[in-house]
Amino acid sequence: MSTSVDPTTGHFGEYGGRFVPEALVAALDQLENAYLDASKDPVFQTELADLQRDYNGRPTPITEAKRFSEHAGGAQILLKREDLNHTGSHKINNVLGQALLTKRMGKKRVIAETGAGQHGVATATAAALMDLECIIYMGEEDTKRQALNVARMQLLGAEVVPVTTGSKTLKDAINEAMRDWVTNVESTHYLLGTVAGPHPFPTMVRDFHRIIGDEAREQMLRDFGFLPTAVAACVGGGSNAIGLFTAFMDDDVLLYGFEAGGDGIETGRHAATLTGGTPGILHGTRSYLLQDEDGQTIESHSISAGLDYPGVGPEHAWLKDSNRATYLPITDTQAMDAMALLARTEGILAAIETAHGLAGALELGKKLGPTASILINCSGRGDKDVVTAAKWFNLPTGDSN
Amino acid sequence: MNSKLLGVFKKTKSENRAALIAYVPAGFPTVLKSIELIKVLVANGADIVEIGFPYSDPLMDGPTIQAAVEIALQNGTKSADVLKVVEATSQTGAATLVMSYWNPIAKFGVEKFASELAKHGGIGVITPDLTPEEATSWIQSTNRHAIDRVFLVAPSSSDVRIKSVTAATTGFVYAASLMGVTGVKSAVSQTAADLVARTRQATDLPVCVGLGVSTQTQAREIAKYADGVIVGSAFIHLILSNPVFEQGLEAVAHLTRDLAQGVKRI
Repeated sequence: MSTSVDPTTGHFGEYGGRFVPEALVAALDQLENAYLDASKDPVFQTELADLQRDYNGRPTPITEAKRFSEHAGGAQILLKREDLNHTGSHKINNVLGQALLTKRMGKKRVIAETGAGQHGVATATAAALMDLECIIYMGEEDTKRQALNVARMQLLGAEVVPVTTGSKTLKDAINEAMRDWVTNVESTHYLLGTVAGPHPFPTMVRDFHRIIGDEAREQMLRDFGFLPTAVAACVGGGSNAIGLFTAFMDDDVLLYGFEAGGDGIETGRHAATLTGGTPGILHGTRSYLLQDEDGQTIESHSISAGLDYPGVGPEHAWLKDSNRATYLPITDTQAMDAMALLARTEGILAAIETAHGLAGALELGKKLGPTASILINCSGRGDKDVVTAAKWFNLPTGDSN
Repeated sequence: MNSKLLGVFKKTKSENRAALIAYVPAGFPTVLKSIELIKVLVANGADIVEIGFPYSDPLMDGPTIQAAVEIALQNGTKSADVLKVVEATSQTGAATLVMSYWNPIAKFGVEKFASELAKHGGIGVITPDLTPEEATSWIQSTNRHAIDRVFLVAPSSSDVRIKSVTAATTGFVYAASLMGVTGVKSAVSQTAADLVARTRQATDLPVCVGLGVSTQTQAREIAKYADGVIVGSAFIHLILSNPVFEQGLEAVAHLTRDLAQGVKRI
């Protein structure tokens, strides 16, 4: 089965497309053309592949989590170690590609939104490497809970703009980045960090991340001699999940996405868009979103800043409706327990975002049983989350409260 | 299609002036007060009123309209209130439009929105984040209910795009004067005149200029080359900055009269 993306309009069935102010259409056309050109240009492809290898440290390994597996009904748990990328998450894969495109388009300034700060850090990193001016929009709420990443971005030379409108989180950071873009579009590329937004972002960002699944599939066949029963990942906007899923789309492999269930779907305080949302338009694309009866966006809630978003990439909406992939919610508590479990059983401190995928795999393993093998995208490292986790588990954090 | 908006521009043209188009979000500062505000605008010379459908993520709007829309939403303004304000506006005799981001209309139901709008006396809709490529069902529904559909052109639009966008537009073409979001600007650049000239190459529809217009001088300048002058943030700013609503209304009345003088081509 392959995706029914219409390459000229970026539609995945009824989802996707381009719902933007006319002022942005020319820039999106320019980006689409630059991307199509670059994907056929061996010079661009070589430059990107060299960066992925020599700068980023790819390929990332697959680690078998044997002690963790004991808690997953005995199913074999394998981790695709995207946390070992330079900057500590999968986000850099896409950022390097788009930063090269920025230069190719002759633009000198990049802007980006960030939630957990991982995409912001990756963007600031690539901007430093390629000598681009870099502005990062981040919800004020997120600048507080991810203070470490704010300092990292500033050290890398980026300007971090706290966004104080609306819920002061990722959704509002995207609004503010879009306002900047429409004003400065001639000099500026909006380096969007997930597989959402207007065409061509969902397909382009997916393509820059498909290296995750392409590598993993090859590693599975080479080192294990089989394909996993299921591949799984956390889903906020959905970039790490789609990057893993794409390579396995036509295989007899189950696809599982785990969303942020916050306090629980029944409480209404969650960010599980595919589980608790309805189809609509947000940030330039048609997909599932959390909205009320008038189409007003409902604020999402999650302990994970990177998953705290009321929308999701349109390809996930299409994969859900076509039943190719299954999406399930994971509560804050389940995620934090899984984060602690992986740390204690494997010595790997994963990001809270990633922990949603880990928690989901624990449940999935019990369901699929000991003959199953589950490949999880270990999408990011948890250093940035140490303060949040310490507070959650009542550990001393070093500050007086 | 029989465009009701074209009749408005026929009249203003015969009076040797541009149309004055005023934007107010429904429910700002309350539903009833937004109706009062609109009555003041119409009584002092606004020909066309654009009623904003308040939306949680107004990414084409600057801080002034964002603040107004947030107030409207906090007051609990719903789709039914938007239609109520449409009805009250149309009863003043002004040409009544809705300006809405696409999701509220999509959620309401595209066909149902066109039909309800017509029932409440609305004659057109401006859709700032919908381009003709994504508008197939909208084009059908607006045709069915004789609602004008106003698309935007921007300084970054190519001539080819201006041709295709204006071909899908009825009533008038909204020319965004600058690259950016709504808000008061000290000057409207030459960009706007160039864009209007390029648009006129593509269509015989009236062309109106919006984004950043706030003063009589700007209105006079734009009226020289455009068929309509669109003002929003400047009115809202007066209401936001006057603690007493009635004083805000007086200031709005004054500015509206100034602008109505400005749009005359003497």
